[in-house]
Amino acid sequence: MDIARRNNITVTGNPQGPTVVLAHGFGCDQNMWRLTVPALAEDHRVVLFDYVGSGRSDPAAFSAERYSSLDGYARDVVEVCEALDLREAIFVGHSVSAMIGVLAADLAPERIGALVMIAPSPRYIDDDGYRGGFGAEDIEELLQSLDSNYLGWSAAMAPVIMGNADRPELGEELKNSFCATDPDMASVFARTTFLSDSRDDLKRVNVPTLVLECTHDAIAPREVGAFVSRAIPGSTLVTLDATGHCPHLSAPEATNKALLDFLAELR
Amino acid sequence: MTRRSGRPDPSDADGDRTEDAAFAALLEDSAEELYESAPCGYLSTLMDGTVAKINATLLGWLGLERAAVVGRMRFSDMLTVGGKLYHETHFAPLLQLQGEISGIAFEIKQADGGRMPVLVSSVLKRGSVGEPLLIRTTLFDARDRRAYEEELLRRRKVADEARMRAETDRARLQDALAVLQRSLLPDTLTRVPGLETAAHYHTASPDRLGGDFYDLFPIDGKRYAFFLGDVCGKGPQAAAVTSLTRYTLRAAALHDADPVAALATLNTVLHERYTGSGDPRHCTVVFGTLEPDPVTGRVAVVVASGGHPPALVLRADGTAAYLPTPGGLLVGVLPSASFATATTELAPGDTLLLYTDGLTEARTGEDRASLYGEDALLAFATERAGKPPSAVIKALTDLLDSFGDGLDDDTALLALGIPDASVNSRAEDGR
Repeated sequence: MDIARRNNITVTGNPQGPTVVLAHGFGCDQNMWRLTVPALAEDHRVVLFDYVGSGRSDPAAFSAERYSSLDGYARDVVEVCEALDLREAIFVGHSVSAMIGVLAADLAPERIGALVMIAPSPRYIDDDGYRGGFGAEDIEELLQSLDSNYLGWSAAMAPVIMGNADRPELGEELKNSFCATDPDMASVFARTTFLSDSRDDLKRVNVPTLVLECTHDAIAPREVGAFVSRAIPGSTLVTLDATGHCPHLSAPEATNKALLDFLAELR
Repeated sequence: MTRRSGRPDPSDADGDRTEDAAFAALLEDSAEELYESAPCGYLSTLMDGTVAKINATLLGWLGLERAAVVGRMRFSDMLTVGGKLYHETHFAPLLQLQGEISGIAFEIKQADGGRMPVLVSSVLKRGSVGEPLLIRTTLFDARDRRAYEEELLRRRKVADEARMRAETDRARLQDALAVLQRSLLPDTLTRVPGLETAAHYHTASPDRLGGDFYDLFPIDGKRYAFFLGDVCGKGPQAAAVTSLTRYTLRAAALHDADPVAALATLNTVLHERYTGSGDPRHCTVVFGTLEPDPVTGRVAVVVASGGHPPALVLRADGTAAYLPTPGGLLVGVLPSASFATATTELAPGDTLLLYTDGLTEARTGEDRASLYGEDALLAFATERAGKPPSAVIKALTDLLDSFGDGLDDDTALLALGIPDASVNSRAEDGR
């Protein structure tokens, strides 16, 4: 199978530098890293990709069964690393991807040498003695929102937007195409993201880890950031003065600085 | 507004003056008034979502006082929790990437606990060096539209479920059909000592239910019966007659193996069943018995035909001929019918071939004027005389395939032959 095509892999930056893999979260695609790539490109080789079912991945590769657990997405990551034969790569995951990175590092320790977790949450739904911030009924509401907004997606346009990795200009002009996803696939990803519980996986992390959280994040509240940082031995927690769930978009300078500081420490 | 287009209204000067007054009143409508009482919600927020300005329309929808909102709430606080998740994962990133986003469906929470569907559009206002300053948002009342969309989604769900049910039903019916189909034809032909058999069945009906039939079965210790026929019509109705015909003939043969007696019984059954039903049904059939002689290796054949095309006998010596059964009537048309009998004997290397008119009436040209015909079949068979039944059926199957669209009826083929154990010695004999 052609993983580069399946996951719409993009490699950019400095081929001599250490490799940084940027992994988008639930909702959009690798375009989310648009303000991050320029800061890294000079000294790092930067790898971007879309999870199957997102962005311009190959829709034919989607399997509701495989992607109904975070392990399926983690296997995507491992296969992307294998396709490029990455060793000791620095994996930067946003939102659910932060947890996918944890699972991937466990599956293929030789491939991933460090983790950056941006606005992570190992469990979104409140649980006995744990506050994730959401109830199960909230997730159903999100699924309804997905159902009522086929952002830039329609069955007629899907072939243009998706599976055209070789002709990106086709999707470029389409409004909302960064978040355009087949609603059925988006709903699988949403359930997997918001219903999974990866709290126990955190303690198995044994690579240098940076946890980035925002001061006001409606999806990953600060107590969750603290929980993640506490659970991963030796991890660093940095709180960005940023609002929202996407500091790499809303506060790119601060996010990039924290990222570069961490990368400099690793060298 | 005629004023704008510059076209005078010739019919009504008074009306013109009234319009002037209305237009003047419009001009006095202040920007402030337009903003506050617009038929949509207006909202300006800081980049972190904090509300800086909001119009009276939106406050009314929310059921909140201005003082409770400005500087105190974020836009996402107005949304349901699911909407907030959607806002963070889709709306906010897209707004930041594109600078604008339009027509996104959300529900806003109202102070009285209600929810109101709205369509939201936002643009980023940037400063002189492109830095984002604030977000301007409009919200449109989407209650009716949302109800309509929900109706569409609901119907699509219903349609999807109906389609899935239909697919399940279809699979089940196809299984049932396959069982019925198998009941019309023998799974495998009964082995007759010293005889080789081969058959082919083609159905023109998309549900694979045909009106042609054949069978071969033992009737007593030494004799076997066979038949092959064609029910008028195609599809399920024909298949029902096929079923009745097949089981009647099998039962009749066990009672009295005489071919004429078997056909007479079938005639009575079909006539009794379908006469006066408003749906008269009949069939053509060749029925015969085989009696192998274990000493000579030869097989005595007795056949009777009810309106069916004559059987063909392919001889080991390379000749072929029809086995005429003249005068046999269609089965099931008249209360009592007479049937003609013919006899022959098969020797090693000989094959008896039975077929239905799907073969001889296959179109070989553009219209029904050019049919394959019995002469062509005789010539075809003659070339294959002396070959074993399997080879004859294989050649005929290829012939049927070559007709393409010209083969538009059910077709059944049955070949019964005695293997020629002395092919080599015959060649030496110079026969």
